[in-house]
Amino acid sequence: MSYQPIRFYQTGTFTVGNRLLPDEQRSVQANMRRTNSLNSGHRACQGCGEALGARYTIDAAMEATQRQLVAANATGCLEVFSTPYPETSWQIPWIHSLFGNAAAVGTGIAAALRVKGRHDVRVIAQGGDGGTTDIGFGCLSGMFERNDDVLYICYDNEGYMNTGVQRSSATPPAARTNTTMPLGQSAGNRFGQGKYLPAIAMAHDIPYVATATVAELHDLEAKVRRAMEFRGARYIHVFVPCPLGWGHDSAATIRIARLAKETGLFPVFEAEGGRVTHVSRIKRKLPVEEYLRPQQRYAHLFRDPPRRDVIERIQQLADRNILRYRLTDGVERRA
Amino acid sequence: MKLKPFAITLDPGSSLANRTGSWRTVRPEYVDRLPPCNHACPAGENIQGWLFHAESGHYEEAWRVLVRDNPLPAVMGRVCYHPCETSCNRAQLDESVGINAIERFLGDEALRCGWKFAAPAAATGRRVLVIGAGPSGLSAAYQLACAGHGVTIHDAGPAPGGMMRFGIPRYRLPREVLDAEIRRILELGVSLELNSKVTNVPGAMRDGGFDAVFLAVGAHIARRAYIPAGSAAKMLDAISLLRSMEGGERPLLGRRVVVYGGGNTAMDAARTAKRLGAEESIIVYRRTRERMPAHESELEEALQEGVLVKWLSTIRQAGESSITVERMQLDASGKPQPTGELETLAADCVILALGQDVDLSLLDGVPGLEVKDGVVQVGAGMMTGHPGIFAGGDMVPGERTVTVGIGHGKLAARHIDAWLRGTTWVHPPPHELATYDKLNTWYYSDAPKSRQPVLDTIRRQSTFEEVVGGFDEVTAQFEARRCLSCGNCFECDNCYGVCPDNAVIKLGPGQRYQFNYDYCKGCGLCVAECPCGAIRTVPEEI
Repeated sequence: MSYQPIRFYQTGTFTVGNRLLPDEQRSVQANMRRTNSLNSGHRACQGCGEALGARYTIDAAMEATQRQLVAANATGCLEVFSTPYPETSWQIPWIHSLFGNAAAVGTGIAAALRVKGRHDVRVIAQGGDGGTTDIGFGCLSGMFERNDDVLYICYDNEGYMNTGVQRSSATPPAARTNTTMPLGQSAGNRFGQGKYLPAIAMAHDIPYVATATVAELHDLEAKVRRAMEFRGARYIHVFVPCPLGWGHDSAATIRIARLAKETGLFPVFEAEGGRVTHVSRIKRKLPVEEYLRPQQRYAHLFRDPPRRDVIERIQQLADRNILRYRLTDGVERRA
Repeated sequence: MKLKPFAITLDPGSSLANRTGSWRTVRPEYVDRLPPCNHACPAGENIQGWLFHAESGHYEEAWRVLVRDNPLPAVMGRVCYHPCETSCNRAQLDESVGINAIERFLGDEALRCGWKFAAPAAATGRRVLVIGAGPSGLSAAYQLACAGHGVTIHDAGPAPGGMMRFGIPRYRLPREVLDAEIRRILELGVSLELNSKVTNVPGAMRDGGFDAVFLAVGAHIARRAYIPAGSAAKMLDAISLLRSMEGGERPLLGRRVVVYGGGNTAMDAARTAKRLGAEESIIVYRRTRERMPAHESELEEALQEGVLVKWLSTIRQAGESSITVERMQLDASGKPQPTGELETLAADCVILALGQDVDLSLLDGVPGLEVKDGVVQVGAGMMTGHPGIFAGGDMVPGERTVTVGIGHGKLAARHIDAWLRGTTWVHPPPHELATYDKLNTWYYSDAPKSRQPVLDTIRRQSTFEEVVGGFDEVTAQFEARRCLSCGNCFECDNCYGVCPDNAVIKLGPGQRYQFNYDYCKGCGLCVAECPCGAIRTVPEEI
């Protein structure tokens, strides 16, 4: 690689904005004229990661498409808290149909726009992990397979939260939900095969797949921008902590997301045509315990005696991710 | 009008009708906390404030904020022991910000570009006499002149600067820098009378028609110790040595020089002796390195130049070409006690650096003054027991450094100004300290501390060229940008970005932000993700 002088700007691009950076290097969120796609007054809980992730993502998409955007939304928290009839927080053209058909509705909108010759208008379909990995999985896989010109965004809060915190196929092992209560020797959700949608999406060989978290705004926005440079089916998986369902402090949402990435439990990468092209390296590798401890859904692992065996298995999952996605390559390991 | 069935025909409304602010039990508030550097600065500089401008490359603005508190940044950027850096929060992250070097850069930049102080306030017609043109006197004169008072400085010496000129060697403080910064103060209309020792303060006030006086005569009398010495032994004190360096003729010290004492003056004397050609320059000190009053950096620089130190030793006797030293040991209370072990050291000359006293003769017969432990006692307002007579610097209790002197001068000027107006000056209540735990350091880029260039050892041992070099612009800016801006918003937009409820209003560059309490749910994300700890939560009144 050619030598590049390090340009140092106090907080670099770690913060949302930075007065020392040129405008084009600041985030969309730093802009006073951002769309605020998801406006104030929504009914999401305090510190909601999904509300934050949705505004980050859709604002970036609006910016990338010169505000020519339609969104189809699956049923779920995002739909319920944003649009209780007759009020809505959305400041974009937005459609809600069913829990399981957001991808299909997106496909339909894209087809209609094509017929009308409106190539400038782009389509997003979005939903939570329940509407994506469980209920809407068939429609989504079909959308991928047909390579329909839709960007699908999954806001992953690892469970059905608006119906009262039930397990989804994205709920991680050992997590407590109301349907995976830790009783006796059981330690919450079981260790299964996993249903990791970013990898499934990549297996469809679609043009673009990416993962992101609400803790790294610049990375998230860059991925949305990149996704909009492609035509065809694209998928972005955004990690959004849920203070209610995960049982953490409402002020900790971003920290938890950061810890998920820094421990290796949530790999942040992007892939084009089914091949990983970029990985966000771990800045300071941390043991999974740092991530698990602040969350009540893992509290049963830290009672007396603590479930070291379970924590160790979760650590193995993180280590496997680190190896598989080479998350620490070139990163100094801290003892 | 056509009747529409309910629930499918309402026009979409905005969620703005739903004031989620009512959910809140705690409320975020923007605050300015006191950065530890500002807190530690004896001159009361707003360090974080001027670094903020330097980060943007607005050096003149930075300098203007700096000189509100200190008119001698180029001097201070060289001679200050920078307690700001000792207390810097960044030291807990990697290394402290090089505040002192940036201050020097700004001071030098001001001299290079010829920046002038802002014009003084309208003349008040009041006149203040300042006695002593050292750091404290100059600082007070500057502040008083800026406030519109007429200021006259009297100094006993042949040139202004006090200990900055006659105590600090030129390899630490080049005289052109000192001269230029003093000249800039005088250009405010301050009149300076040299070689005019004041012997009668009330008389001088009366004769000159002064309304108040600020005493800052410093501590120039070298303390002596009784050492039995042969008639041929050459002994002199460090202060005379350093003072004589400002004259035309260089003193002859001989090949082997012994300096007696462990303060900063001893370091200066030993390093000066080395430069004057001494082959051996040995410091003899009674206690250990840990107990030495000299600053670690000064000792380190002396050692680099080949100065030797004989720890736990006192001088028993001085002869023509040798001295007898006795080994000491520290008792339980840390006091050195003689052991009876004697040793002979070759020495052509002994320099005593045992501290200085204040020449208080000018205060003879002034009623109301209290002198204790050889220094003048002052109240919180820097006023002595005699109304209208204020004092500061080395002649009042406190640490004796240039920075403390400048701080005294500023503080005294505030009080003198108020006193002349018939009011009292009250220090505004300090902000809460911005401690390290208030920061979210995840957001700061890694950046190693920049190092100042240092002169080759050979040249340091033989010339009086300046030892430590300054930063170039790129380095100064880089270093400024290492500042964490503890406790004070630097407009990173984090709060504006991380609010899930879009309840932070960005007011635009330089205007900071406001909370929209109609929608803020009080989640606390902005508080947790503010890098510099400029937001706090307070319980909501319910």
